[in-house]
Amino acid sequence: MGDIVLQILNGLDKGSAYALIALGLTLIFGTLGVVNFAHGALFMLGAFCTVTFNKLISFQRVTLSETETTAWGSPLEIREPVMEAWFGDFGLWLIDYSVLASIVVAIPVMFIIGVVMERGLIKHFYSRPHAEQILVTFGLAIVLQEVIRTFFGANPIPQPAPDALRGMMDFGTLLGFEPGRVPYPTWRFVYFFFAAAIIGGVFAFLQFTTFGMVVRAGMADRETVGLLGIDIDKRFTFMFGLAATVAGLAGVMYTPILSPDYHLGMDFLVLSFIVVVVGGMGSLPGAVAAGFLLGILQSFASMNEVKALLPGIDQIIIYLVAVIILLTRPRGLLGRAGVMED
Amino acid sequence: MFGSKISDSMLMILFVIVVALVPLLAAPFGAGYPALMQFFAIFGIFAIGFNILFGLTGYLSFGHAAFLGVGSYSAVWMFKLLSMNVLPALFLSVIIAGLFALVIGFVSLRRSGIYFSILTLAFAQMSYKLAYSVLTPITNGETGLQLALDDPRILDGERVAGQLPSPTFFGLDMNATTDVAVLGMDVQLNVGYFFSAAFLVLAFWIAMRIFRSPFGLMLKAVKTNQNRLNYTGVNTRPYTLAAFVISGMYAGLAGGLLACMDPLAGAERMVWTASGEVVLMTILGGAGTLLGPIIGASVIKFAEAKLSKFNENVVEAWFSFLPEGLGDSIAFVVAKFVGDGWHLTLGLVFMLVVTFLPGGLVEGARRIGGYLGRRGHKGDLDKLGSNVQGGKSTTAE
Repeated sequence: MGDIVLQILNGLDKGSAYALIALGLTLIFGTLGVVNFAHGALFMLGAFCTVTFNKLISFQRVTLSETETTAWGSPLEIREPVMEAWFGDFGLWLIDYSVLASIVVAIPVMFIIGVVMERGLIKHFYSRPHAEQILVTFGLAIVLQEVIRTFFGANPIPQPAPDALRGMMDFGTLLGFEPGRVPYPTWRFVYFFFAAAIIGGVFAFLQFTTFGMVVRAGMADRETVGLLGIDIDKRFTFMFGLAATVAGLAGVMYTPILSPDYHLGMDFLVLSFIVVVVGGMGSLPGAVAAGFLLGILQSFASMNEVKALLPGIDQIIIYLVAVIILLTRPRGLLGRAGVMED
Repeated sequence: MFGSKISDSMLMILFVIVVALVPLLAAPFGAGYPALMQFFAIFGIFAIGFNILFGLTGYLSFGHAAFLGVGSYSAVWMFKLLSMNVLPALFLSVIIAGLFALVIGFVSLRRSGIYFSILTLAFAQMSYKLAYSVLTPITNGETGLQLALDDPRILDGERVAGQLPSPTFFGLDMNATTDVAVLGMDVQLNVGYFFSAAFLVLAFWIAMRIFRSPFGLMLKAVKTNQNRLNYTGVNTRPYTLAAFVISGMYAGLAGGLLACMDPLAGAERMVWTASGEVVLMTILGGAGTLLGPIIGASVIKFAEAKLSKFNENVVEAWFSFLPEGLGDSIAFVVAKFVGDGWHLTLGLVFMLVVTFLPGGLVEGARRIGGYLGRRGHKGDLDKLGSNVQGGKSTTAE
């Protein structure tokens, strides 16, 4: 029983990332009808917002000590973060919590990147075939990841989680298991709740605001909404920015779990597309459900008992599920029939 | 196909001449070394095959590299077990890749559009992951499949002890190169290149026959309007499946040839970005045209070989004639686009092509040709206009 809980928990953090990316993809597809292969790159850009932020705030001022010397006789260098000199304890706290603090930076940055992307490139591809949309966004993804590589190099850059959230928590005791039975990294727990909050926020935004209502109406029948005198294009541009922000935040919070490198986006892109297809093209709840489902399935498949039964299953389970779903229920788990079937 | 009046046999003859002259033509550009020329031919074959599927039927496969990888593995196994002669190896590559494509195509083609792309992608990723994990006894995992000294090679006779044999074509060593000096240039005539080039010519000829055949016409009809075909009572599945298998066999042949030039096979040939590369080649050159994919493949392989070699020092030397600060800053920017950053250039060029020139380089050449032609003969405007239109409709197909 403890093992099962542990596997479900293990699946949750990956599932949360899949769900967040897939949610953004589906938002873009549902509103603009565009298949965005650059969405993984947005996830990666979010992660590098954190890297940049962390670099900026951990600038250090180096002073030479007047009294102490090193073993070689040269004056000892005293390194002191600039932030500490400026803000004192708040500066240190900021450095410790840089991942969380970078959210504040990432939101406007990712939103602007999303809007620029939509106005500058995607806009011109609305009326063109899906194949060309895939191709041009694929090209964009290559460009974005190469730009990141030129500036940050090819090696993964580790981002530490805040001290307080770095350790393991004993999740099992909450459910009445004996202590030490279900250990779970605290940060992954944070990630799951963060993802849940974002997903809830997006749904609430669409469900309970006038803006969201108009967007939903536009998703259902764009032309009629346009005829009613509403500038639906502007709202859809906003939704693209929102989708980019969601992907970016997913990347920001994922950095302590997986050190970001430039091809992080490509790695997640394929999986999140599969998530979207399994959930059903254009269905937001489907994307979220499929994200968690596939994340959990993947972690179950990597249990040793399962691997002994079906060798290699942990490597291919997601693809296998996708193939089975596409062949038996082409519209996906919660999708409408006939979306993009032509 | 060009809107011009070159007949097919003329085109074929020209093609053979150009392919035969590649070692001479490429030498001035510093591209006349065997490894690169072999890539021109082999990836040309790969792209032609991909084009038979994507260019004609419009089905965008994102998993074609899997067939290339399977072809390579089959060829290396043939080298290990049977003989170092390349013919059985290539034969097995094509057959195995064809069977593999038959299975994957049978399943994937039940869906169309983006679902088809995702299905092929999923199958290719599965093959890639399995090649790294469970199938290690067949694929040798991360090390890659290589020749070993104690391989059986039952058909080959005496062997030089302690030395790995290289692939041959009835005694002709694939790596043998004869250097000839022409006009002061060092022209390298490589057996492997001409061997691959022979297959390229064959592949081109078959592709041309397919393009001109009723079968090819049916594939184009699938791309234009599949619903209409279905409504008129045509079952399109056998046609698309045939196209898929043919293009898989082309990929298998290309994979086999890769193994013939350098007898090792690794799973990284099957990763999905490798599938993306052949898509880039085909689109860059011009999908749905006969010559486009070969041009695209050559351009990308040439750019890869050349651009990735430049580094910042080389670039600085180019701009050294400019004033100090200006030259340095230009060199700094340009250096980001070469060397390791050549993928950036590739991505940018690809985006520009998809956005402004969906027909690829071939359409670009046609447009320039049309523009120059119009300026040359102002009186013939009508006729040329119709020509240009004819050209456009070809790409739109």
